[in-house]
Amino acid sequence: MENQIFQLQYAIDTFYFLVMGAFVMWMAAGFAMLEAGLVRSKNTTEILTKNIVLYAVACTMYLICGYQIMYSGGYFLDGIAGGDTLVADALAASTENGFDGDSVYSSASDFFFQVVFVATAMSIVSGAVAERMKLWSFILFAVVMTGIIYPMEGAWTWGGESVFGLFSLGDDVVDEAGNIIMTGFGFSDFAGSGIVHLAGACAALAGVLVLGARKGKYGPNGQVNAIPGANLPLATLGTFILWMGWFGFNGGSVLKLGDIANANSVAMVFVNTNAAAAGGVIAALVLARTLFGKADLTMALNGALAGLVAITAEPSTPTPLVATLIGAVGGILVVLSIIGLDKLRIDDPVGAISVHGVVGMWGLLAVPLTNEGTSLGGQLAGLLTIGGWVFGASLLVWLAIKFIMGVRVSEEEEYEGVDLAECGMEAYPEFTGK
Amino acid sequence: MKLITAIIKPFKLDDVREALSDIGVQGITVSEVKGFGRQKGHTELYRGAEYVVDFLPKVKLEVAVAADMADKVLEAIRAAANTGKIGDGKIFVSAIEQTVRIRTGESGVEAL
Repeated sequence: MENQIFQLQYAIDTFYFLVMGAFVMWMAAGFAMLEAGLVRSKNTTEILTKNIVLYAVACTMYLICGYQIMYSGGYFLDGIAGGDTLVADALAASTENGFDGDSVYSSASDFFFQVVFVATAMSIVSGAVAERMKLWSFILFAVVMTGIIYPMEGAWTWGGESVFGLFSLGDDVVDEAGNIIMTGFGFSDFAGSGIVHLAGACAALAGVLVLGARKGKYGPNGQVNAIPGANLPLATLGTFILWMGWFGFNGGSVLKLGDIANANSVAMVFVNTNAAAAGGVIAALVLARTLFGKADLTMALNGALAGLVAITAEPSTPTPLVATLIGAVGGILVVLSIIGLDKLRIDDPVGAISVHGVVGMWGLLAVPLTNEGTSLGGQLAGLLTIGGWVFGASLLVWLAIKFIMGVRVSEEEEYEGVDLAECGMEAYPEFTGK
Repeated sequence: MKLITAIIKPFKLDDVREALSDIGVQGITVSEVKGFGRQKGHTELYRGAEYVVDFLPKVKLEVAVAADMADKVLEAIRAAANTGKIGDGKIFVSAIEQTVRIRTGESGVEAL
C-alpha cells in the first residue's frame, strides 16, 4: 500500500513538472509576440525566425552538453534513462525521503523542465539586439550561450558546484568525513531572477555594446528619438502569454506538488507571482503617466514583466501584499532604467536589459526581506558572480563573432529591413506599398 | 455656382453633415486627408522619447451649391465644426464655371 502511494506521488509530481514545463515552453511564444510587436514591421519576420531558432538551438545544445555541465545528467542525456531498476530505485528514494520529503520524479521530466529555462534566458537576448543584428551571428551566439555560458553558472547555483573550485555560492561544501572545506554564501534564487533573467540580460547588454544602437535612434546633442513598435496588440498578447507561462516558471520551481505542505506552497507561489505582476503594471503605468503625461502601454507591459522578474527570486515566502510591493518596485525600476539606458545611448528596442537585468538584480536583493535563511551579502555574491561571468564570457564571444563574421547588417540592409536582407520575405507583404 | 471646400476635424464630420442637411444641401463629397497648419504638426512620446507627427489627419468636404446658398453653407459649416481650439480647420470658397449631371446631361444650376 505504501509503495502504491509513493508511485502515485511520483506520478503526480512528474506530471506536475511536465505540465509546468509546457507552460514555460509557451513563454517562447510570449517573447516572440512581444518582440514582434515592439519592432518595426520591416523587421518582424527576422525576429520571429530568431525566436523559433533560438528555442530549437537551446533545446539541442542543452541536450548535447548543457545538462551534463549543469546537473551532470550525461552528454546526450545518457544519464537519464534509469535502466531496469528504475521503479525499484524510485521507490527506494521515495521511502528514504518520506512522503513529505524531497520530491522524487522522472529524470526526463527534470531535463524537460530545465531545458525550457535555458530557452527563456536566450529569448531575452533576441529582443535587445533586434532590428540590426545578423541572423547567423545571433544563432552562433545562441549555441555558445545555451551550450556553455548558461549551464556553467547554472551549475554553480542550482547545480550546487563550486565556482572553478574557488568558492561556493550555495551550501557549505563538506568532505567525506563531514568537515566543512568551503563555506557557502547561502545564495538563494528560487526560480531564476538572477540565474535566468539577469544572465540573459547580461548577455544582451554585452551584445548591444558590441553591436551599437539602431540607426536614427540617437541624434547629436544627446537627442533620443522614438522608434515606435509596429503592433501593440501583439506586444500585449505576448505579455499576457508570458504572465501565464510564469506560473509554470515559478510554480514548477517548487519542484513538488504531492503533499499538503508543497501543494500549499505551490498555491502561494501562484498567488504571489500574479500579485507581483499586477503591482508592476500599476506602478509602471502611474509613473509613466506622471513622467510623460500619457499612459504609455509599452511601459505597462514592461511593468508586468518587471513585477514577474522581481518576484521570481523568492515567490514562496512573501505575503501577497509584500509580493505586490516587490513587483511594484520592479515596475518603478523598469521605467527609470529604460529612460536611463537611453541617456547612456544603450539601445534596447524592447526594454529587455531593464526588465530582466535591472529588475533581476532587485529580485535577488529582495530575497532577504522575507527569507530568513539568506543574507544581502550572499545575494550580492551570487549577483556579481552570475553577472560578471555571463557578461564577461558573452562579451568575449560577441567580439569573437564580430571578428569572424561580423555582427551587424549593412546600413542599407538595416534601412530596407532585416526581413528582406536575412529572410527574403516580409511579414505583411500585402500591406506595404513599394 | 460656388464650390465650398472645408478642412475640418474628423470627429466633427457628423455634426457638419447634419447641419448641411438641415439647410437643404443635396450632396457632399468627403475625403480623408493629412496636413499641417501653423502648429506644424505636434510631438508624441513613446517610452519617454519624443517623435514628431508632421501631418495631422483631417477631413476634407466639398460642397457645390448655387451662389445664393454659399453664405448659408459657409456659416453652417463654420458653426458646426467650431470647437474654439487650435486645428479647427479652414473653409475655401471658389467659383464653378460649369456643372454637368452625367446621367441626364443637364447642366448649370439644374445639375446641382
